[in-house]
Amino acid sequence: MISTITKTMTSTPTAPGRPTGNGAVAATPSDRLAGDKRYKIIEATMRRYGYQGHGLIEALHSAQEAFGYLDDFTLKHISRTLHLPPSKVFGVATFYNLFTLKPQGAHTCVVCLGTACYIKGAREVLAAIEGEYDVKAGGTTRDSQLSLLTARCFGSCALAPVITFDGETIGKVTPTAVAQQIAQRLAAVQQAR
Amino acid sequence: MNLEELNATATSERLARMKKRHHMYVCVGTACQALNSEQIAKALQAALKQSGQSSEVEVKCVGCPGLCSLGPLVEIESQINGQVAPGAAEDERRRSVLYQFVKPEDAGEIVAHLDGEPVKRLETPLNQPFFTRQTKIVLEHCGKIDPERIEDYIAVGGYQALLKVLTEMTPQQVIDEITRSGLRGRGGAGFPTGLKWGTVAKSDPSAYPTNVPEGIQSRKFVICNGDEGDPGAFMDRSVMEGDPHRILEGMAIAAYAVGANQGFIYVRAEYPLAVKRLRTAIRQAQRAGLLGSGIGGTAFSFNVDIRLGAGAFVCGEETALMASIEGGRGVPRPRPPFPAESGLWGCPTLINNVETLANVPPIILKGAAWFASIGTEKSKGTKVFALTGQVTNTGLIEVPMGISLREIVFDIGGGIPGGRQFKAVQTGGPSGGCIPAQFLDMPVDYESLAKVGSIMGSGGMIVMDDSTDMVEVARFFMEFCMDESCGKCIPCRAGTVQMYRILTKIQEGRATRRDIQILEELCDMVKHTSLCGLGQSAPNPVISTLRYFREEYERKVNGAQGSEVSVGSEEWGVGKLTAHSA
Repeated sequence: MISTITKTMTSTPTAPGRPTGNGAVAATPSDRLAGDKRYKIIEATMRRYGYQGHGLIEALHSAQEAFGYLDDFTLKHISRTLHLPPSKVFGVATFYNLFTLKPQGAHTCVVCLGTACYIKGAREVLAAIEGEYDVKAGGTTRDSQLSLLTARCFGSCALAPVITFDGETIGKVTPTAVAQQIAQRLAAVQQAR
Repeated sequence: MNLEELNATATSERLARMKKRHHMYVCVGTACQALNSEQIAKALQAALKQSGQSSEVEVKCVGCPGLCSLGPLVEIESQINGQVAPGAAEDERRRSVLYQFVKPEDAGEIVAHLDGEPVKRLETPLNQPFFTRQTKIVLEHCGKIDPERIEDYIAVGGYQALLKVLTEMTPQQVIDEITRSGLRGRGGAGFPTGLKWGTVAKSDPSAYPTNVPEGIQSRKFVICNGDEGDPGAFMDRSVMEGDPHRILEGMAIAAYAVGANQGFIYVRAEYPLAVKRLRTAIRQAQRAGLLGSGIGGTAFSFNVDIRLGAGAFVCGEETALMASIEGGRGVPRPRPPFPAESGLWGCPTLINNVETLANVPPIILKGAAWFASIGTEKSKGTKVFALTGQVTNTGLIEVPMGISLREIVFDIGGGIPGGRQFKAVQTGGPSGGCIPAQFLDMPVDYESLAKVGSIMGSGGMIVMDDSTDMVEVARFFMEFCMDESCGKCIPCRAGTVQMYRILTKIQEGRATRRDIQILEELCDMVKHTSLCGLGQSAPNPVISTLRYFREEYERKVNGAQGSEVSVGSEEWGVGKLTAHSA
């Protein structure tokens, strides 16, 4: 595991001419940095902390907000800019639950598994969604439309059990109705497009 | 802003307020906001505009008034029609009505009834025990002020304590006042706050090697721990969302007392609204000269930055939290040295919880004796609890220390819904324990809770009815601790996994009595040998459920007493491990 990480982190992330994830053809790392405005946001965060190591978590937050996940190229870019070993950057990125190294689906549904939700039946809610969308917690549906995640308490315990759909909180959900509530929202966003 | 300017702002705000006949407070805390309460505020404003009353009525978006289960909540405070004696107290001249489950389409009706009888179908009494049995210090402004306006906070006496401290008191006098008040840490452990402040104030920053990054001048730090990770707890979130300036003021007073010039608020990234409001508050306070350099025209400087957590429960532990602020993995380190001597970047660091700091300004303004008059002998003041679970009124409550659990669950909480029986109340989250019915009349304070095997914790209080499976509750918390263990020390990293496996085995009916014995031995070992609070307290939910609900465990094990080590535990090598440690 560790050897493959080091390998991917130290090798050239994108070979010249090879298509990247977003369909564009990137040449060199510097081209990729220059060609994607989102790197400017990460740059601004790192500058705010004087390019010092204590800005690492904030930089990762910026990167994840900009790209939706942290890929090797971005992690390596942050590591180089902050003069931190890739192992440290990778270690921090994988230590914290909020950071993800996998691309996410177009929409995200998070089921709260905090205590209050748990004793009010959050497990059954999660099982209902998993069944309906044929996806396990932590995974993304085959059509890349929905990522299903779990969380430890949003602090909305009075509305337990709670889920969020793209950041919108939906409270007092039931195993029988939850799938339909998600389906409605998915249909609404698809129609809006 | 100096004291004179502060008073002028407060007076003009209060005058402007008195000109309005009605005040509408719409809760925009996370729970009510999830139910579209911002739309309600807009609808109310539109309805007022339509009826031509916009200039007489003020609509305010406020923090959480507490009764989340009836949300969205709208409170309306009105001046009573007709003449009132000039000397009458503020509350005699006003009438308050609370509306529950408000929808945007109710706005027209609410506005039409402003001067007449309240809308009966929406009204919920304000004299119900949920409100009358509470004593509000920390939450006194939550639900009354707009958290996004510094003027609102100033109008209710905000920043008066800070300027009093800076102009009239020496740091030592501040520490003495806090010590005399008897305030103890609200993060859970209950360490005396004054003692902690005194230690940081005395600590010499050059006593330990330091590596403060360039650009940071301070050699002592104040950290506000807003990493409220306990599942089922949302007290700190509500304060950060509903009264953010209060926390900044508390931090600034603490910084003056200990000699720090830089502070950090460490907030969970799962609380975006709290982060947003704290950011706004910091900006406003800086602009008003109440944070930054030369606060209130004095020589004192203090800056506050926000640092976001990233979903690691262990970061609530103080040394792990500091490691996270430094930009690394949130892993704890052994203490001593304690953060008070060598903390963030090796400098003396004061870490207090959100609620602890929110208690500071009123102690300074009203005096230590006033604060010490509330509560019990060893636990002073109030405690905020997030009351959730199988209880009628769920939400946020603030009660004086020493109140009984029965009053909390049955009076304030309104009892158990659905005709069910009370079984236990869980306090302290994954580090706490379950308290059974026989202790319902016990006073809630640090010592009593510890005596029955739980802890005060940060304030999560989860009520469970007779349908709750206690082994499952223990397994749930163990799974949580297993996932959240940072992995640095072996007892916690491996012990939580083994305990979780045994609990699963019990749940699946594959366990023997010997497994319960192994579980108990593991609890003991993990509790006494783990590096930090997470591991040391991880066995608590198991220990307390075994203590009070042992028959539930025994009902699930099929083997006869005294049977040999079961196959499962051999497989994991647990039997050998505990044999050696015993």
